[in-house]
Amino acid sequence: MKRASLVLTVAFAAGLATPAAHAQTLKTVTDRGMVSCGVSQGLPGFSSPDDKGNWTGFDVDICRAVAAAIFNDPSKVKFVPLSAKDRFTALQSGEIDVLSRNTTWTLSRDTTLGANFTGVTYYDGQGFLVKKSLKVNSALELNSASVCVQTGTTTEQNLADYFKSNSMKYEVIAFASADETVKAYESGRCDVFTSDVSQLYAERLKLANPADHAVLPEVISKEPLGPMVRHGDDQWFDLVKWVLFAMVDAEELGITQKNVDDMAKSDKPELKRVFGTDGNLGEQLGVTKDWVARIVKAVGNYGEAFDRNVGAGSKLGIARGLNQLWNKGGIQYAPPIR
Amino acid sequence: MSTESRPPPPQFAAKLRRALGGRAGWGGFAFQLLFVAVLIWIGYEIVVNARANLQAQRITSGFGFLGNTAGFDVSQNLIPYSGSDTYTRVFFVGLLNTLLVAVIGIFFATAIGFIVALGRLSPNWLLARISGGYVELIRNLPLLFQILFWYLAVLAALPNPRQGIALFGSFFLSNRGLVIPRPVAEPGLEPFAIALLVAVVAALLLRSYARRQLFEHGRLMRIWPIVLGLLIGLPLVTSLVFGAPVMFEIPQLKGFNFAGGSRVIPEFVALLLALSLYTAAFIAEIVRAGIQSVHKGQMEAGASLGLSRGSTLRLIVVPQALRVILPPLTNQYLNLTKNSSLAVAIGYPDLVSVFAGTTLSQTGQAIEIIAITMGVYLLISLVTSAIMSFYGWRLGRSLGNT
Repeated sequence: MKRASLVLTVAFAAGLATPAAHAQTLKTVTDRGMVSCGVSQGLPGFSSPDDKGNWTGFDVDICRAVAAAIFNDPSKVKFVPLSAKDRFTALQSGEIDVLSRNTTWTLSRDTTLGANFTGVTYYDGQGFLVKKSLKVNSALELNSASVCVQTGTTTEQNLADYFKSNSMKYEVIAFASADETVKAYESGRCDVFTSDVSQLYAERLKLANPADHAVLPEVISKEPLGPMVRHGDDQWFDLVKWVLFAMVDAEELGITQKNVDDMAKSDKPELKRVFGTDGNLGEQLGVTKDWVARIVKAVGNYGEAFDRNVGAGSKLGIARGLNQLWNKGGIQYAPPIR
Repeated sequence: MSTESRPPPPQFAAKLRRALGGRAGWGGFAFQLLFVAVLIWIGYEIVVNARANLQAQRITSGFGFLGNTAGFDVSQNLIPYSGSDTYTRVFFVGLLNTLLVAVIGIFFATAIGFIVALGRLSPNWLLARISGGYVELIRNLPLLFQILFWYLAVLAALPNPRQGIALFGSFFLSNRGLVIPRPVAEPGLEPFAIALLVAVVAALLLRSYARRQLFEHGRLMRIWPIVLGLLIGLPLVTSLVFGAPVMFEIPQLKGFNFAGGSRVIPEFVALLLALSLYTAAFIAEIVRAGIQSVHKGQMEAGASLGLSRGSTLRLIVVPQALRVILPPLTNQYLNLTKNSSLAVAIGYPDLVSVFAGTTLSQTGQAIEIIAITMGVYLLISLVTSAIMSFYGWRLGRSLGNT
């Protein structure tokens, strides 16, 4: 395509390459043999490299699940660490196929970025982290505080809204990366560090004495976090969307990493559809019939991935809360695989 | 051919041909035209295609976002700004913050650079070694590293506001920055300003009179005691008559922070320190080279006239050295301005941080915002170059080679 190559020339200069609008992402991914996945630059529990350089975390597992569905191999993912500021440009330019980087679903992001959210992997909200020595028990006591925040996030706007509507004054210091933000908070430049609550728990682990810091009870915003794909490729959009649904449905049906092989032999009609022994639901998505089994074998069901990375089985120890299944008091709900 | 029509002299046509087409003549000129046309066509295609592709992907484009409400706050704003202002205002807030650190940085970098250069050339062994060590250390370490060093070093050394260091009960130094009393205008301000203006004008007139006396009659006048008396005495007398020009609002610790007073944020201090010291190391080398390029005889001539080393440098050597110094000095000024965009690393709200950072990620309009930001840096650089060229031109004229 002559036109596309011309555009790439510019785009290079402007920092934004625009690929052809209706790119066949699944085909590109299959040909490449890798899913290119945008993640954070290191957020324990969600996406961070371990001491051997392997990426782990909840957001990472979403990409591994996509790779498992396509290649039956969760390691066929190339992880691209991105700052909050650069993430959308990387997706728009085609550098990554999926953005799985604790990104809040908002209307403007859904409509103006040329990208779509495929679902909610984690229901989060914005909170405040303070030093216990300040003896602050509520966010309403934060008048005239200095607040450290990472730039390029919904956090900055929520912060401004919250302090304005409670007629409190504050000073904001915005940093490009999460690490610098936390460093400034730790050095005493700010009284408060604000971000999504899950991130506060994760970043607290990086502090010298995590026990000296507390997360305030107020949650000042809705932050539904989810993966994004480029607008205009519905097949790829469907696949990424249903990988998450499959993980949630697997938990609801009681399919776990351990029992997946036994469950696959079940002759319950519902399980037969899920495992592809009946019908060709996986093929309709553009992958194989046993896609759900592949996903669960690789990363487990939704609950397993949650517990292992951020929940009870992890250092973060975050309660399921809103992220519990709908029939257990939470709001995680997935359409049926049928 | 009628006698009235006068074809241009052949020499003119030949000159034109040579200027436009070079050695290749008119054929060369045609190629150049074709080349420019192709460039314009490529530019046009680029814009059209980018727009078409953005539209196809339903990525919002255009400059409409500039009128939207920003909805986030900035820690340092030279013009009144709040979260309910527009992205246009954010742009100006960021631009002014960039210009502030650039202008003050250029001033300090130049001052430190000259001092270090003179130190390096000094006959004093220790001074020359210290200056040399400074240059070698500073210019060989990455700037980003130095910015982070100053930021973390400054922050780590300072106490929290509740244990802030108080100077005279009205200046407070803490890890929230330096809080100083803010002047508030009083009725006496107007007469004070007029008195100051009168004093400055009188001092300037006196100076030009003294110069004339020196150049025309060879009489050296000591005018600085009179100038000092004028500049301090006149405003002082006025404020005694009309009352104090300003009152000072003393900052007070309230809750987490100081209320009242003006504040210099630590991000600004760290960035200014790093940029000034880093650029000064390069300027020092440029100035040293410039001074050494002036013939040794000039220095000896000054000495034989009975001028001190300082006067010889100031009156004879530096003005000649400036011709050599000026072009690379301009480069350093431009570098400093552009390097100020590293501010984002330490949370100083410069143009790149608030506009090409926060605004970009909130609106997602990368092409427009990056284009505006690049345009602004280009404009700042071109204006700086123009000012320096003008200065160079004036300097050249005063040295007698117009």
